[in-house]
Amino acid sequence: MKTRKEFLREPLTDTQLLMTITISIFVAMYAVAMGALQGGFLHAQQVFDMLNDNASLIIVSCGLTIVMITGGIDISVGGVTSLVVMACILYLNHGGNVFVAALLALGIGLAFGLVHGFLISYLEIQPFIVTLAGMFFARGMTTILSVNPQKVEHEGFANLRSTQIEIPWLGYTAKNGNIVPARIELGVLVAVFCLIVVFLILKFHRLGRGFYAIGGNQTSALMLGINVKRTRFLAYVFSGLLSGVSGFVLMMHTGAANATNAAGMEMNAIAASIIGGTLLTGGVGNVIGTFFGVLTLTTIKKIVVSSGLNQPWWQSITTGGMLCFFILLQSVVLSRRNKKKKAT
Amino acid sequence: MHDECLLSMRHINKYFPGVKALSDVDFTLRHGEIHALMGENGAGKSTLIKVLTGVYQNDGGEIAVEGEKLHIRSPQDAQRGGISTVYQEITLCPNLTVAENMFIGREEGPLIRQKNYVKRANEILSELGIPARGSQILGSCSLAVQQMVAIARAVDMKCKVLILDEPTSSLDDKEVQVLFKLMRDLKSRGVGIIFVTHFLEQVYEVCDRITVLRNGELVGEYLTEDLPQVQLVAKMIGKDLDELSSFGKAEVKEYGPDDVFYEAEELSSSDALPFDFKIHKGEVNGFTGLLGSGRSESVRAIFGADKVNGGTVKIKGDSVKINKPIDAMKHGIGYLPEDRKRDGIIADLSVRENIILALQVMKGFFKPISRSESEAFADEYIKALNIKTASRETPIGSLSGGNQQKVILARWLLTHPDYLILDEPTRGIDVGTKLEIQKLVLKLAEDGVSVTFISSEIEEMLRTCSRLIVMRDRHVVGELKGEELTEAQVMKTIAGGNTVNEE
Repeated sequence: MKTRKEFLREPLTDTQLLMTITISIFVAMYAVAMGALQGGFLHAQQVFDMLNDNASLIIVSCGLTIVMITGGIDISVGGVTSLVVMACILYLNHGGNVFVAALLALGIGLAFGLVHGFLISYLEIQPFIVTLAGMFFARGMTTILSVNPQKVEHEGFANLRSTQIEIPWLGYTAKNGNIVPARIELGVLVAVFCLIVVFLILKFHRLGRGFYAIGGNQTSALMLGINVKRTRFLAYVFSGLLSGVSGFVLMMHTGAANATNAAGMEMNAIAASIIGGTLLTGGVGNVIGTFFGVLTLTTIKKIVVSSGLNQPWWQSITTGGMLCFFILLQSVVLSRRNKKKKAT
Repeated sequence: MHDECLLSMRHINKYFPGVKALSDVDFTLRHGEIHALMGENGAGKSTLIKVLTGVYQNDGGEIAVEGEKLHIRSPQDAQRGGISTVYQEITLCPNLTVAENMFIGREEGPLIRQKNYVKRANEILSELGIPARGSQILGSCSLAVQQMVAIARAVDMKCKVLILDEPTSSLDDKEVQVLFKLMRDLKSRGVGIIFVTHFLEQVYEVCDRITVLRNGELVGEYLTEDLPQVQLVAKMIGKDLDELSSFGKAEVKEYGPDDVFYEAEELSSSDALPFDFKIHKGEVNGFTGLLGSGRSESVRAIFGADKVNGGTVKIKGDSVKINKPIDAMKHGIGYLPEDRKRDGIIADLSVRENIILALQVMKGFFKPISRSESEAFADEYIKALNIKTASRETPIGSLSGGNQQKVILARWLLTHPDYLILDEPTRGIDVGTKLEIQKLVLKLAEDGVSVTFISSEIEEMLRTCSRLIVMRDRHVVGELKGEELTEAQVMKTIAGGNTVNEE
């Protein structure tokens, strides 16, 4: 028999366990890269570049994690992001206002979220199908808005874009003797803000716990008095809204739009969530894990490039391999755990 | 106070397409009372409970709690009215903590104060003597504890009426006792408990009153001490007591070596250890043993349902290979699986389609059974086995358990098997259907069909089988026939005469 005292510390939950694995692997991988490849990996800017490049991916992944925790999927996020970028740039280039452009971004995202949520939750259509349709629709709309690539020519926005936070003490000395400070784009701050908000909602708000409950067992959630339809609806609204934010952030990062913007982003977001310990079956997951999922994915790509394998397919191949590895690892760890649970 | 009416349901009616599930049913529950709701499968117990909990809407009648009329349109309405239900299947979220499961869906304010919840949960759990911690993930508790957490949630919601729908079917004896203690405790606090179960002894152990339903109608309400067990059974099945005892033991037949239909030597599969087995034409035998003793695994090996590893099989003296179910079927073997829901029915297909399935498979899918033919088959067996269904095109999933079982039985009878394996055909079904199935087994044997019958109820096997194969720890440990077929002897063989290993 265990004493009362031993009960005080609970064993790790599945979510925590999977997240810990991801973080450890990320740290280990990065440490190996620092030792073996040196170069950029020794500079703090490497991490900031990863964040700068992937701020929008982090944001959509947060939304996708929510949806996946409820046991659903949203594959429209890349399409919506791309549509937002195109729409906002066209609007700005026609003499729009930056603030209104931000509202436009949120509005487009929200609209997609509302429609998806309504169709999936209240009309009970398969989420995969609904968001697949949403993806095609968004991609189509992007092309209708403009077939040609667009560049931001708006002055106010250009200023906003070039605003960067500089941290001199994290910088490094270049070959010519100048000190290059570490630079962080505004988009990263937005991403971190979204991450924190989603984290707090998932952990402390009853809506967040509702997402977990639905993912754990939908009928039970209903019996426990959770408004299952509304909760699921809101999950897709969150995802849509975050896609809108992501579009705006991506626009701040690239300053340009074309029809293939954010291509494959939904798949990267799904991969990041899964690597971060979110289960496709729902009920398990966490945005902190997802954040490290994004970093892990990016680090793999960076390592591949730094190793001199410049052809783009090497990135895809290693990403695919890693994803496979993570999923195998997760299922092995979880099944061992369950076996142990049964044995006791 | 004690006799004051807590819940009253009056003239409750409920229709389903083609079936009247409840007609004019009354039900009364008093303060501080444990009230058993009894009936065969399909009697309307579940429907009545679902009407009360808002899963179904009633098509007439009224429900009142403490004299106040209640309109229940959803489970939430019922909860607000003080009616809580704990279902047979756990309806909590396994990925959340025990505390969250107790408080989710009824939080005050938008924020979750996990620590606060854990503290309150621990207080309630220790007060009720439930061995769980608030901070524990629910999935790491045993089923019994999960069930009790569900009850704790209901108790904390100040429920007046607590419905326990088959709460004991997945619990062992010790756990049942803990649950009963909890029930008595709640009873002394004035909670009215509706207890739905198949286990008669449990009813007599804890219940004050019994309400019996049959075919969607109220048979009556009785005080437990006024209703002996035999009469309760008679009321449930609506048959005379004489009929219950009308068939005695299976007669012992003598078989010659030419009568052997199926013979296996050293047969083994991925799940079953090697065993020898033979069955004669027209014989009913049984595999018995505790759960997990390998009885189901053995018959699955005979049917080729698991991967067969070795052994020789002879049918009517000829060597044959049975590696897949289809091989077995081609040699005239039928198998009614233990887990009806998983291996037996195809819930979304109609009764007719489920019936013709095995025959169709045997003929091959390129020789379809014509519609009119299949309709004739379906009608024939619906009538012959007295299957209660709205029509032959009703999805089998909407039938009651006993009727589903009959459909699966019909599926195999249609293939006119020489040898039928029935694994737990009577589990979870009502007494009346049980008797029908037992009679059917004996009739099949008279017609020359060999039957292997498995049941957890030894008494039932003694009544039908003329030979019993006893298994323990995945080995055949004995074979009983004739005079040895007594409950005591079976028990002794199962226990092995040595010390009994309790698992």
